[in-house]
Amino acid sequence: MQFTLKPGRVTGQVPFACAILAVMCAAISVACNKNDDPGVKPGDAAPTPIQWKKPAHFPDPVYDLSRNPLTREGVELGRFLFYDGILSRTNQIGCGTCHQQEAAFTHHGHELSHGVDDLLGTRNSPSIQNLAWNPSFFWDGGVHDLDLVPFNPVENPVEMDETVKNVIAKLQNTPLATAKMPVDYPLMFKKAFGDEQITSERMMKALSQFMVSLVSAESRYDYYRMGDQSALTVDEQRGMAIFRSKCGSCHAGELFTDYSFRNNGLIPSGAEDQGRFGVTANPADRYKFKVPGLRNVALTAPYMHDGRYHSLREVLDHYSDSIHPSATLDSALRRPGQKPGISLTATEKQSIIAFLSALSDGHFIRNKQFSDPGVGTNF
Amino acid sequence: MLAAVVGMLMLASCESEAQGPVPSTGDKGALTIEFDNIVGDKNLVLGGGASTNGAGEDFVITKFNYYVSNIKLLRADGTSYVVPQDSSYFLIMENKKESQFVRLKNIPAGTYTGLEFMLGVDSLRNTMPIERRTGVLDPGGSMMEDGMYWAWNSGYIFLKMEGTSSKGNPVNSKFYYHIGLFGGYSTRTVNNTRIVKLGFGEWKAEVTTSKTPEVHLFADVQKVFKGPGINLSIGQYNSVMSQQPQVTAQIADNYTQMFSVDHIH
Repeated sequence: MQFTLKPGRVTGQVPFACAILAVMCAAISVACNKNDDPGVKPGDAAPTPIQWKKPAHFPDPVYDLSRNPLTREGVELGRFLFYDGILSRTNQIGCGTCHQQEAAFTHHGHELSHGVDDLLGTRNSPSIQNLAWNPSFFWDGGVHDLDLVPFNPVENPVEMDETVKNVIAKLQNTPLATAKMPVDYPLMFKKAFGDEQITSERMMKALSQFMVSLVSAESRYDYYRMGDQSALTVDEQRGMAIFRSKCGSCHAGELFTDYSFRNNGLIPSGAEDQGRFGVTANPADRYKFKVPGLRNVALTAPYMHDGRYHSLREVLDHYSDSIHPSATLDSALRRPGQKPGISLTATEKQSIIAFLSALSDGHFIRNKQFSDPGVGTNF
Repeated sequence: MLAAVVGMLMLASCESEAQGPVPSTGDKGALTIEFDNIVGDKNLVLGGGASTNGAGEDFVITKFNYYVSNIKLLRADGTSYVVPQDSSYFLIMENKKESQFVRLKNIPAGTYTGLEFMLGVDSLRNTMPIERRTGVLDPGGSMMEDGMYWAWNSGYIFLKMEGTSSKGNPVNSKFYYHIGLFGGYSTRTVNNTRIVKLGFGEWKAEVTTSKTPEVHLFADVQKVFKGPGINLSIGQYNSVMSQQPQVTAQIADNYTQMFSVDHIH
C-alpha cells in the first residue's frame, strides 16, 4: 500500500460527529441495515427490501431504482457475482480483480489492467463508486445504463474473454465441488428473484444492485459539508477554495465531475486512443475522455485514462506545465496569448492535494459488506 | 437531452400508430414472412461458391445476419395492421433456417397488399432498460457467434455481413461489414435504421382463421454492394463498422433496397 488511511476524526467534537454519523448512516441504510447473516430464513420467499437513500448533500441519482429495487438478497448475489472469477473464460478474473476495494475499486498500482492470461487493456481501470449518479460509463461514455456495463468486461478479449451466455450456463451448473468456494447460484437467484431462472437481465440487475450500494459519502470533506467546520484543516480549506476556482468548472458538484468529455491536453500515447471519438465518430470529439469524479482520488493512483501519472502532484504539474495543444483541447485550458494550462503555484498545488486527500473515505474502503465474500482473486 | 426529446417524440408516434383502425370482425389468423437470402440469381450458401460484386471483385459470404422489426401489414385502402411492438423483433440469420421464417400470429383476418418493416432496431429500443431487451434483443450473445450488439458503444448491429475475397484484408482475406448506429443516446451519431416498404403487386395475402399466407421475400446480397448509396468495393473497404459512419449510412441505403417480393402462397 502506498497510501495511508486517514484516521477518523480525533476527539474534540465527538457528540457532533456522532450525530452527523448517525444521519449519514440513515442516509446510507444499504450499509447499515444489513447484518452479517447473508442468508434468508428457510421458507422466507420474498427478498428483503433495502431502502436506498441518497446522501443528503448529493443530487438525485440517475439510476432508476424503481426498475430494480434493491433487496438484501439481490445485493448479496451481486456481491458474489462481482467478485467471482466464474465471469471469466479462465474462471480466474472477477470484477474485483481490477476493481479492488482498498483502492476505491480501482486496480491499484496498475497503469493498465491485466485480464485473462495477463493480457493488457488500453485504459486505466476506473473507480466503482457512486455509480448511481453516472449518466454514462467508461472513459468514452459508450454505455448509458449501468445494467449494460458488465457485458463489456465479460466480453472484452483482454479482460474476461467470456460470453454472458456462457457465464449463465456456468452459473446454472453451480455449486461446483472444485470451486474455491462452492456457491449455489441457482439458489441465490431464487432468493433474490423468486425462482432459479438465471437470465442476462437478472445477472445484470444483481450486479447493479451491488454496485449501486457502493456509495462513498463519508470522507472528512463530507463531514465538513454536513456542517462540521473542523473536519478540514485550514490548509485543506484553502485547497478546497483553490480547487473550486481552478478545477471546479469540470470537477464540479458533490461528485466532483460534470460527466462531460474533454480533451485535457495529454500527448497521445502509443495506443492512439481517441476516446469519445471512438463512440461518436465526430472529429470534434477526438482525444476527449470523461472527466472522472475525484472522490477517494488519493487512493486511486495511477491517473488519467491510460494511467500515465503516478501521483496527484504529477497530475497537477500536467495541468500547470504540460498541456499539449491540439485542435480539440478544452477551452477551459486555453489562455489567449499564453501557452495553455492552469496557473498554479507550488504552494497552491500542495493545498489542493491536501484537500483531495480529505476526499478519502476510510469507511467505504473498509466496509465489509462491500468486500470479497471469499470467491475472488486479487492479482 | 436531444435524444430524450427525440425518444419522447418517437414514443408518441408509436402510440398513435398502435391505435390504428380496428377491423370490424374479430377474426384472427396468421401470416408468415420468409426471408430468403440470395446472391443475384443464386441461393446464398455460406462458404459456398464465389460470386462477383458490382466492383468486379470475387467474394464468398460467411456470415449474413440482420434484424427485422416494427412490422406493419398494409391494406389496399391505406390502413394497416401494426404488429404489437414487443412481439415485432426478429433476427434473420443465414445459418439458422428457422430464423428466416417470421411467423406472425393474431393478425386480423383480411386482405393485405403490402408490408413495411424496419431493417434494424429502432432508436428508442436501443435506449431501453435491460428488461425490454429479451429474446433476440438479449445483449448477452457472443460477438464471435451470433452477437448483434455492441457492448462498448451500447447499441445493436442492424446488419452483419462477413466473407472472404481476394480483395479482403491482407491478413486473413476477410471483409467485415457491421452496420449499426441508432442516432446516439446523448450525442448525435448517424442513424442507420431504415424503413423498407414493399407492395405485393399482383399478389395478395388473404389472412383467414384457417389460411396462413406465406410471403416469400428475397434479400439479395448483391444489393448490399451495389445500390443507391455506394458502389461498395471490398478492396477499398474491407472493414466497415462504427468508425466510418458516412460509409455505414451509404451501405444502409444500399441494403434497404435488397428486398423484393418473389411470391405469396
